[in-house]
Amino acid sequence: MASHLILAKLLRTGIVSEPAPPADPGLLTDPARLNEAILRVFGRAVVVRHIDAGSCNGCELEIHALNGPHYNIEGVGVKFAASPRHADVLLVTGPVSAHLETALRRTHEATPDPKWVVAVGDCAASGGIFGESYASRGRVENVIPVDVVVPGCPPEPGRILAGILAAVSATPRNHSSPQGVR
Amino acid sequence: MPRHIDLISLPQHGGGPIWQFSLGRERLTAFARGIQEEGGQLLALWGSDDRHLGSGFTLHTAYLSSLGLIWAKTRLDGEKPLYPDIAHIFPQADRMQRATFDLLGLVADGAQDTRKWLRHAAWGEGEFPLRKDFTTAHPEAIDAYPFIRVEGQGVHEIPVGPIHAGVIEPGHFRFSVIGDRVLRLEERLGYTHKGVEKRFEGMDPAAGARLAGRVSGDSHSAFTWAFCLAVESALQTPAPPRAQWLRALFLEIERLVNHLGDLGYLGNDVALGFGFNQFWRVKEIWLRACKEWFSHRYLFDCIVPGGVARDLAPAAAKELVRLGAETRHEVTELMEVYEEHAGVQDRFTGTGTVAPALAARMGLTGLAGRASSQAWDARVQFPHPPYDQLEVQMVVERAGDVAARVRVRAGEVLESLRLLEAIVENLPEGPLAQPLPQPGSVCEGLGWIEGWRGPVIVYARLAEDGRLDRVHPHDPSWQNWPLLELSILGNIVPDFPLINKSFNLSYSGADL
Repeated sequence: MASHLILAKLLRTGIVSEPAPPADPGLLTDPARLNEAILRVFGRAVVVRHIDAGSCNGCELEIHALNGPHYNIEGVGVKFAASPRHADVLLVTGPVSAHLETALRRTHEATPDPKWVVAVGDCAASGGIFGESYASRGRVENVIPVDVVVPGCPPEPGRILAGILAAVSATPRNHSSPQGVR
Repeated sequence: MPRHIDLISLPQHGGGPIWQFSLGRERLTAFARGIQEEGGQLLALWGSDDRHLGSGFTLHTAYLSSLGLIWAKTRLDGEKPLYPDIAHIFPQADRMQRATFDLLGLVADGAQDTRKWLRHAAWGEGEFPLRKDFTTAHPEAIDAYPFIRVEGQGVHEIPVGPIHAGVIEPGHFRFSVIGDRVLRLEERLGYTHKGVEKRFEGMDPAAGARLAGRVSGDSHSAFTWAFCLAVESALQTPAPPRAQWLRALFLEIERLVNHLGDLGYLGNDVALGFGFNQFWRVKEIWLRACKEWFSHRYLFDCIVPGGVARDLAPAAAKELVRLGAETRHEVTELMEVYEEHAGVQDRFTGTGTVAPALAARMGLTGLAGRASSQAWDARVQFPHPPYDQLEVQMVVERAGDVAARVRVRAGEVLESLRLLEAIVENLPEGPLAQPLPQPGSVCEGLGWIEGWRGPVIVYARLAEDGRLDRVHPHDPSWQNWPLLELSILGNIVPDFPLINKSFNLSYSGADL
């Protein structure tokens, strides 16, 4: 049986999880103030939906790492959901390919308010090395509003987590309201 | 190998044996059939617009044969670029032919499937982005796509994607099922098409290497190395020996960390969270070490045209050997858990099977191919420096199921660890890079690297001023995606994520 092997390995390994990084307000696109009330409400239960809008899959590798034992993202109250309808935060990677522009817009529309958009990686931030072309719309902000930008190629897991926490600790933006609270 | 064909060997500068020659359009079919009868495979098919060079278009085909890589160039008419379909000989040509039409307007005469592949109507009908005179970009509404339907009592369709439920690249899967059993799966890809090949045009080789590395992020070193080989071979300037060895060091670390990550996810997909956490713990240790030794967790931009941009310090070399030994021990322990765990083996065994005969007919390649008896590994049969001094041991399995792909990965992890140690031990002294000359005239080259997923090929043509004129990167996922459609047949829908992960094919690398 494998169970004694598993137990022995678990005992030898011990706990490798590390404390979460502090939220980094420097990543916010708007210099919004930290809102402690929001952090109290959402800080322990943030649901994230990932959208690959055309990335090279490099950023995804680091988002996967967040689920690993060192970063233990669920331990700090952040979890990934399969549907945008369950999400507080959209984590968007890649330059937006022309073929995914509609899908990205629809996913954004399907996410209930309040919601935050975190653009992960240099391509999501600026279009990166792919830029804008017949097939690429460039940065995420060109297609949907962005609250937090995490640069890097790819950004390290700790920076991505800091970006997610920065988003939910800022004042939410009501995307569907015409006046848009910022 | 068809006899009496004059092959011209490409000047080799650090790559494996590549033979290039001109193949008349009228001989293309017979030649492809000759390769197939010999047991060879089509690895890549792409086109180039050569009208600005005083010619028409060119169809390029690259075959794997007992001699090495055969690169055939077929000149096509500038006004009516037609060539005979070869998908009836090599089924893997189908999507490459369709993509070549979408991007360049080259027509595969007599092809059965003429549906578009990469063009989702984002640019206009009759417009071809890789033609030199392509200027306009008229974004249009997304177009309908005629999926092949299965009809009958109790049959229904499950459409999935392009945005998937997990952290995964986008693509569309159309399952036709009865109950939970899959009758047919049809993939539609191309969603991450971001114009990579057009983007290369006009770049200098240094920028081109950075872009090549981002064709598929998890195969960064493989694509960058293949791109650099293409450029260095075009300019007839090999990288210095120490750089060649360091490139192999980077490539083997890439193979190692990707396999570790996938082995973890394969445990996760059969509800053994322990496997995921343990394998990703080990992977994270390597990523952090890479950051410390080479300034990047995934070794981005460590390989540059002419050589490498990072060196291995003596202290890092010592640490690498120590970490390698520790990892060997850990992986052996963890694989013992997978092998002994009845629930894991029950899900892995007999799931997502590709029988060797089917794999051979469809050209299944890389690690998935080796799990189905397709015993090809460029590092073994056609080793280029430094692999010619490393004697890589190929890992081959016959069963072709998820369990076999897991065993191939585990075997390759241990082999990569052995190679890393050997590289550190034998790393020659010398410069890290040497400057590349200006070409002076138009020149071209091909690079061929056995990446962790399979053979990666990059074609590069440089203009007189040294800027890139045409680059085509080829990911092995092109050949393997169609086999994923077949491997799921008769399995149940809930096993799809597991089967899919056991292949782990690239979207971005093939969508370009």
